[in-house]
Amino acid sequence: MLWTHNAGNDKELGVVRQIIDDFNASQATFKVEYQAFPQGAYNDSVVAAAAAKKLPCLLDIDGPNVPNWAWAKYLQPLDMPENRFADQLPSTVGKYDGKVYSFGFYDVALSMITRKSTLSRYGIRVPTLKQPWSGAEFTAAITKIKSSGDFDYPLDLNTGATGEWWPYGYSPFLQSFGGDLVDRSSYTTASGALNGAPALAWAKWFQGLAADGMVAKKSGQDPAVDFTNGKTAISWNGSWAADTVTAKFDDVLFLPPPDFGAGPKIGGGSWQWGMTSSCGSREGAQAYLNFARQTKYFVEFGKATGLIPASTTAAAQLPNYAPEGKYRVFLDLAGTAVVRPETPGYPYISSVFTKAAQDILNGADPKQTLDKAVTDIDNNIKQNDNYRS
Amino acid sequence: MPTTLTTAPPITRPAATPTKRTARPRRLEALAAVAMASPAVVLLFIFLIVPILLAFGLAFTNAQLVSPRPMRFIGLDNFTRLAGDTVFWASLRNTLYFAVVVVPVQAGCALILAMLVNAKIRGRNFLRTVYFVPAVTSMVVVSLLWRFMYQPDGLVNKFLAAITLGRWEGIDWLNHPTTALPAIMFMSIWQGVGFHMVIWLAGLQTIPLELYEAADIDGATGWNRFRYVTWPGLRATRTFILVTITIATFSLFTQISVMTQGGPLDATSTVVFMAVRTGYEQHSTGYASAISLAFFVLVLTVSAVQRFLTRERP
Amino acid sequence: MTATPQSPTAGPRATPARPLTRRAAAHTLRAGLVLFFAAPLVFMAVSSLKPDGQIFSDTGTIKAFLPIGDVSLDNYRGVFERVPAAQFLLNSILISTVTVVAGLVINSLAAFALSRMRWRGRKVVLSAIIATLIVPFETLALPLLWWVNKLPWLTANGFQLTLTTGWLDTYQVQILPFIANAFSVYLFHQYFTSIPTELDEAARIEGAGFFTIYRRVVLPLSGPAIATVAILTFLPAWNSYLWPLMVVQSEDLRPVMVGIQYFFQLNVAWGQIMAYSTMITIPVLALFLAFQRSFVNSIASTGVKG
Repeated sequence: MLWTHNAGNDKELGVVRQIIDDFNASQATFKVEYQAFPQGAYNDSVVAAAAAKKLPCLLDIDGPNVPNWAWAKYLQPLDMPENRFADQLPSTVGKYDGKVYSFGFYDVALSMITRKSTLSRYGIRVPTLKQPWSGAEFTAAITKIKSSGDFDYPLDLNTGATGEWWPYGYSPFLQSFGGDLVDRSSYTTASGALNGAPALAWAKWFQGLAADGMVAKKSGQDPAVDFTNGKTAISWNGSWAADTVTAKFDDVLFLPPPDFGAGPKIGGGSWQWGMTSSCGSREGAQAYLNFARQTKYFVEFGKATGLIPASTTAAAQLPNYAPEGKYRVFLDLAGTAVVRPETPGYPYISSVFTKAAQDILNGADPKQTLDKAVTDIDNNIKQNDNYRS
Repeated sequence: MPTTLTTAPPITRPAATPTKRTARPRRLEALAAVAMASPAVVLLFIFLIVPILLAFGLAFTNAQLVSPRPMRFIGLDNFTRLAGDTVFWASLRNTLYFAVVVVPVQAGCALILAMLVNAKIRGRNFLRTVYFVPAVTSMVVVSLLWRFMYQPDGLVNKFLAAITLGRWEGIDWLNHPTTALPAIMFMSIWQGVGFHMVIWLAGLQTIPLELYEAADIDGATGWNRFRYVTWPGLRATRTFILVTITIATFSLFTQISVMTQGGPLDATSTVVFMAVRTGYEQHSTGYASAISLAFFVLVLTVSAVQRFLTRERP
Repeated sequence: MTATPQSPTAGPRATPARPLTRRAAAHTLRAGLVLFFAAPLVFMAVSSLKPDGQIFSDTGTIKAFLPIGDVSLDNYRGVFERVPAAQFLLNSILISTVTVVAGLVINSLAAFALSRMRWRGRKVVLSAIIATLIVPFETLALPLLWWVNKLPWLTANGFQLTLTTGWLDTYQVQILPFIANAFSVYLFHQYFTSIPTELDEAARIEGAGFFTIYRRVVLPLSGPAIATVAILTFLPAWNSYLWPLMVVQSEDLRPVMVGIQYFFQLNVAWGQIMAYSTMITIPVLALFLAFQRSFVNSIASTGVKG
């Protein structure tokens, strides 16, 4: 039995179904069936089922949750040679404690979405991954757009979104400033990383964006639609919005984020497949996962979702992602992705960071807010005995 | 089985006067009563009392939603942490603020609506239905809709600008610590008032016509009719309504979860929202149970006070 | 307003002959109220006919309420492609109906025993029930989840009955925990206490037992309480969301509100959300229309006298 988060997403579910059918037809020993859940409810369903000891053999998992579920013994290591994942984007392989627990077929990338015509109208340079905007250049650019009064907001950071978007979307800025969510050398404290001078600089910048009217404290419910309706000039959004915006404008640019000192950063890690500890048929699960790792399925997922294929060989077979393809830039961006901290404590960190960032955006004192976030995270880590396994 | 008791001998029990009764029918009455009460009592025990007891126990542990480790008793740690948690106090304050405003306003507006649609006017069924529609619409959907309407360029601001002839400057309702909770209150009242209108309406229609006729003969009009006939006649309904709205306000969660996530700056965080965020999102089951437990105690106190007050008045 | 003196009008009334201005004011007030209550839902229904881009560009103008522009039923078609809506509706109808009907019987029986019969322990049970009134379900969901998974159930397998453990992924786990309801018991209790006991006495003299009194005397007089409890238990059952997410894994058993999650993908399908919301609101509304006629209106004629 395989659980997937694709309910309501026919295209992606279609590929899952196709793989399952092919696998079942290819051999007679094992039989895989699936159950689809709506994405927003998926984690709750899995946690509930785990509490009831009713997990299926195979699961898909949102990348940042892998260490937490591995630590909780929901998942078991895939036990496949690691070099088998060598041609995958690093952000699409879920690791914990030195072992591979999951792999994904695709990733998403973040970019600054805008139009060529918009930039040239205000005399703004088109940045590249090698030569991104500097922090000052970026500020100058949005200030200029704002003063024109042509848009409701020059920048849309999708602040109206909730939940996991906040760490996914904004911790890369923090990392570009030189800060981080947690000290990744030990994973036992957030002190220094989340409340040091770089983090404080990030917080002040972030707060300033809202205070100066560069971004909405709570953006519209759909940033891609606001962008195509001409309400916003530059939209910080995921590659899933690419089809919506290119359908409306023919001069859309997907640009790297600004470099605030430590290089331009984006987030990484999307849905991946793994197997559970309670799986009665380990061989069957492994056989299935091995079977699914054929390049053609990576290609199928890429076609169905429009997202970035996880393997470079698959990318070459997808026109949009081949060199010169219109979405190739996402693949390049995904190469610079920083995965969210690979620690079982991540769900807590994520929730605390989200609240802290929201408070900062709404004018809370940056230093105090970050210090409190660090205290909360450190307490939680301590309460869980450093999340040792 | 209660049905077999229909053949029981008639018991004389004049109301409100002390009775002399034989032991047998009294035992039978007790037996019948227990039989009738037990399905509900048993179900309540299994599905309400047991989970409450479990939550009570969890409040003194470090239980995690997802963890490989067995939980451990940590005594009162969760409660000492709670006492120093500013978000908890803010949530408590917001919950009370919400209740104190919404309970009387919603009950009052519902009563006014009920009296308006209780009159013999054409299309009153249509009016009742329209007022009731928000109440049958899912709160998730309602919250999504109002998020659109509360936007800086949304309908609420456009409407206010139109009636003030453009003098109104749009505000971002859900993003100011001072307007966010009132905006949610307004929406919640909009959503719930139709339901309570129906309850008032049912109550109004149980008031015997003779009383109004008597009042008419006495020459009572307007306010006096309301004061001396309608209001006393609604005594039982009043309690219904106060309790329903109080319960709904204390468990305020969906609106917060969809519209503001407790922000800006904890201005809309409520106790239930905080408990859910702590328990599900942050996986801290033990701490979340402590929040719930503290909340139960608070609510019990409030309801005891409320019962005391409503009992005092004739 | 042409209410005659015999009408059950409870509100303040003026003399029958009203000045035109006041009548106009009353009409304006009613029109304003109708707009106020209907507007957001008209917005929902109208938006369900429009593509996403237009929904967003129309917000904030009068166009949001008018089915103009690129209007079609595409969103509804999309809904049926994405969600097994018929199955979800059927499940919700089953779950809510059983919850409401069983709840009405069980809770009113208990309330009858608690309010109109004498037995030892009555006060204790009543206070215990009242004490649990205000426990928000959200705070109990996790312990309850763990607990229902330990409960046994009899499964009929042909003529063979087998005992299984754990209620996850069933209808009963969505129904049984919500049948007995402290609040419903309390409402019935309050109401029953307000019905004069002389009626019982009269029935008893005629030889009626307790159950007969409950069924023939008390229930027929309890229209408002029944209506209130029915609506009050129906709405949460219909709108239940958090609990089914946790306990139901099979698509065939999911209720309607879970379906709304199907539209929150990486690209949110707003138009379809509006369409789906409109679709799941209509059955409830239809039910209310039936309800309000049979209960609210008829109560006046069966109303308690004296």
